[in-house]
Amino acid sequence: MLTRCGIGKLLLFDYDKVELANMNRLFYQPHQAGLSKVEAAERTLREINPDVEFEVYNYNITTMDNFNHFMDRIRLGGKVKGTPVDLVLSCVDNFEARMAINTACNELGQSWFESGVSENAVSGHIQFVVPGDTSCFACAPPLVVATHTDEKTLKREGVCAASLPTTMAVVAGFLVQNVLKYLLQFGQVSYYLGYNALQDFFPTMRMKPNPQCDDTHCCRQQKLFQEREAAKPKQEFTEEIEEEIVHDENEWKIELVSETTEDEARAAEGDKPQLTEGVTVAYTKPAAQAEDTSDFVNATELSIDDLMSQMKQL
Amino acid sequence: MVDEATKLSLAKIPLLKTKAGPRDGEQWISRLKEEYQALIKYVQNNKEADNDWFRLESNKEGTRWFGKCWYIHELLKYEFDVEFDIPVTYPTTSPEIALPELDGKTAKMYRGGKICLTDHFKPLWARNVPKFGIAHAMALGLGPWLAVEIPDLIQRGVVTHQEKKDSGAAS
Repeated sequence: MLTRCGIGKLLLFDYDKVELANMNRLFYQPHQAGLSKVEAAERTLREINPDVEFEVYNYNITTMDNFNHFMDRIRLGGKVKGTPVDLVLSCVDNFEARMAINTACNELGQSWFESGVSENAVSGHIQFVVPGDTSCFACAPPLVVATHTDEKTLKREGVCAASLPTTMAVVAGFLVQNVLKYLLQFGQVSYYLGYNALQDFFPTMRMKPNPQCDDTHCCRQQKLFQEREAAKPKQEFTEEIEEEIVHDENEWKIELVSETTEDEARAAEGDKPQLTEGVTVAYTKPAAQAEDTSDFVNATELSIDDLMSQMKQL
Repeated sequence: MVDEATKLSLAKIPLLKTKAGPRDGEQWISRLKEEYQALIKYVQNNKEADNDWFRLESNKEGTRWFGKCWYIHELLKYEFDVEFDIPVTYPTTSPEIALPELDGKTAKMYRGGKICLTDHFKPLWARNVPKFGIAHAMALGLGPWLAVEIPDLIQRGVVTHQEKKDSGAAS
């Protein structure tokens, strides 16, 4: 989606290979089986939009060496050489990889989006993390982690995690939509957006960072953020009350009169449906009223052919 | 939204009674007659007001319409082919008037040269079903569209006067 929108540069990190088991998802094709996912992705994306710059790394970001390189690429891999990237998008399928991204971004103060689809494939979420400003991924550890349960116990032996291309596409769409809003500065970026496919429920909220977050860099970023906020000049909200203009004199008795009476306006608007907040009617139908028959066409004895030739003669 | 001149000429176009589309058999014949009557009246009105600006005719079934429209800009006449189909959902949905030769020349147009009418026209049409017909679509849809778009197209050099020979229709 970003490639189709003409994003400047994409850096892809993944250690997996394309498998036939991935074909129920959206992106890869059977003939790409065996290729590394980043390479297969790059080839497809280049064909879609040759103007996008790519940098692909076929490695596991959670290992020591790779992690340092990964951090370097976030710091220096921007479109303009030596500048940081604009945004990191986490589209990974496990806790370790998410924490690796969280650690890197907290350390660098890099804004990023977390995204995911649940094991049963019928819910998902995206989360926008601005280090110091919003909750990081370590601020509220998941229950299994808080209680030190092994994540592997979640996966039952011999049972595959469910996956649906639909849920993935919906979540991916939400993710990219918010990326576009952030990068191009329009609308409101969602800090958290959930997707419950069974009920079609989409909760959103904003989460504050945890002052006792386990990640020291998160706490450091929180302090920096508060300092920055304190340094900002205070915006004072003063309600401007418009004074009603009263003229002392009105020698010529000029006054504003509406062209239509209230009754006329109401008739023209017709019945207005009760709408939920944020929804407005684009137009309304006028209330039914007796029509003046003289405004209508008269019944005619002429045939269509007669009328057609009459039209032609004009 | 609609200027006074348009309002005035609009008021003079007779309204239509029969709510019927091309799939409604006899009812459609009645509607078609009304369409022609309204159009004839509208063209006559335009001539009387020295503001003649289009000609239309249809196939036998009245489902496909074609003709010419023209626009005078700085004393020069610019003429364009007009065409449109009557959708099966007519008159609930308005016809999509197209100027095929301007396809691709302006952003205010869909594929095939269908003029973009969404904002100013669609709501107006919707609240006047079935009283509005093709004549109203011309007066409220194509007319204002030409008045806004053609001067701009000429100014941008996308439409030039030589492009279209001054021909016929202006009687």
